[in-house]
Amino acid sequence: MEEQEPFWGQRALEAWPEYLDGTLLTLELTAISVFIGLVIAMPVAFMRLSKNPFIWMPTYGYMFFFRGTPLIVQIFLVYYGSGQFVSELRAWGLWTYFREPYFCALLTLILNTTAYTAEILRGAIQAVPYGEIEAAKAVGMSRWKQITRIILPKAWRIGLPAYSNEVVFLFQSTSLVSIITLMDLTGVARKLVSQTYRTYENLILAAVIYLAISYFIFFVFKIVERRLTGHLRQRPDAEAPAPKPQRA
Amino acid sequence: MEEQVLALPIIGPIWEMIDGAYYQRADFLLEGLKITLLVGISALPLAILCGLLGSWAKLSHSAVARVIGGTYTTIVRGVPELLLIILVYYGITQGLQDILMHFTGEDIRVNLNPFVTGTLTLGLIYGAFMTETLRGAFQSLDKGQVEAARAIGMSRKKAFFRVVLPQVWRYALPGIGNNWMVLIKATALMSVVQLDELMRMTDVASRAVKKPFLFFMTAAFIFLVITIVSIQVQRKAEAWANRGVRTA
Repeated sequence: MEEQEPFWGQRALEAWPEYLDGTLLTLELTAISVFIGLVIAMPVAFMRLSKNPFIWMPTYGYMFFFRGTPLIVQIFLVYYGSGQFVSELRAWGLWTYFREPYFCALLTLILNTTAYTAEILRGAIQAVPYGEIEAAKAVGMSRWKQITRIILPKAWRIGLPAYSNEVVFLFQSTSLVSIITLMDLTGVARKLVSQTYRTYENLILAAVIYLAISYFIFFVFKIVERRLTGHLRQRPDAEAPAPKPQRA
Repeated sequence: MEEQVLALPIIGPIWEMIDGAYYQRADFLLEGLKITLLVGISALPLAILCGLLGSWAKLSHSAVARVIGGTYTTIVRGVPELLLIILVYYGITQGLQDILMHFTGEDIRVNLNPFVTGTLTLGLIYGAFMTETLRGAFQSLDKGQVEAARAIGMSRKKAFFRVVLPQVWRYALPGIGNNWMVLIKATALMSVVQLDELMRMTDVASRAVKKPFLFFMTAAFIFLVITIVSIQVQRKAEAWANRGVRTA
């Protein structure tokens, strides 16, 4: 008896546990690098704005390098490039890390997103109205207080739309780790394509998952943006006529 | 000069290493750079063409055209480039195979020229980003300009080519420049589908000489040079597009 032909896409859907694992790895890489990148980007952005050339020039070089070269070159530079320094890395006890594709991928993603986030923040910090900083100075705030209470909150509000794009791009960029053998969402899809010879089904399923998560991230940022800029929005009732007195 | 360089204790050995490695394999990198630039330069007009069609669809009065344009940009912006490249590349190949199978009844293996398919893929993907850029540019154009052109009796076609298009460049060039820089970096991903561009040739060269860090670093610097040159060209192009515009 002839085997019944599975309906279109069934083979891909049957592999859902693998897709789940891949999606989780993709999300994990994104979450870790977004979080660490965010934390490091804040001092980096201020270093970029420093007036001391020994501070801003290396920072500028770092940001220019990571924004000006393709992420795949950076990943190869860390993953394959570290192979050129095996003996040195062994001597420092770092080789166990650089041997792992997971570590190399994460390190590259963090360095990459830090550069982009710092650039967004730099622009946003420069866009903070000077009067607000002046006012903070006038009431006697220390530099640290100015930064944490006035400059950074305002800068984040200004930079948030650009930052939401960066987070989505980073989420999508994690697909490159499949090239260095990590089984993320793209990695799983590519493995199943070569195993089952079903090209469209697997690739399209992965694409749909990416699409859904990308727009979910945009959606979350929209909410955050609404909440952070609530006081700037015009109240719907501000200009509206007073409500009619209700009958008792 | 060379003796002096070699006499330095640190730079000397490094220089010798670099010199030796490049002496053997620098032509690989040049060959790869040629393909990278060719793919990028041929994909750019294609992307702009797709962008023009896309923005025309998105701004159209027809709801069907708007849905098609919207779906195109939504999908491309929500799915990672790498996955799209694999999807389009194998999609085109397998699509052709299936069509041939349907008509001739024979299993014919289609091997497409990676250069042509790569150019098509990048053009299609970056067309979506161009769509957004050009749509914004068309929308910032003063409506009265088109009305005036129509009023003096220009045909719609003539008004588009003589009045709309020359002015749209002014608004669109910064965005097009950004898209170009992302596009040229994305050519590095084409190494995944067997295109012999800079990344792939770098990989080949570094394996032969066993100096991965040196070669990937060189590739990274080549990309930085492309970025620097692109910024200069963009500045010139913007000055040209803005000629005759009064500035304060």
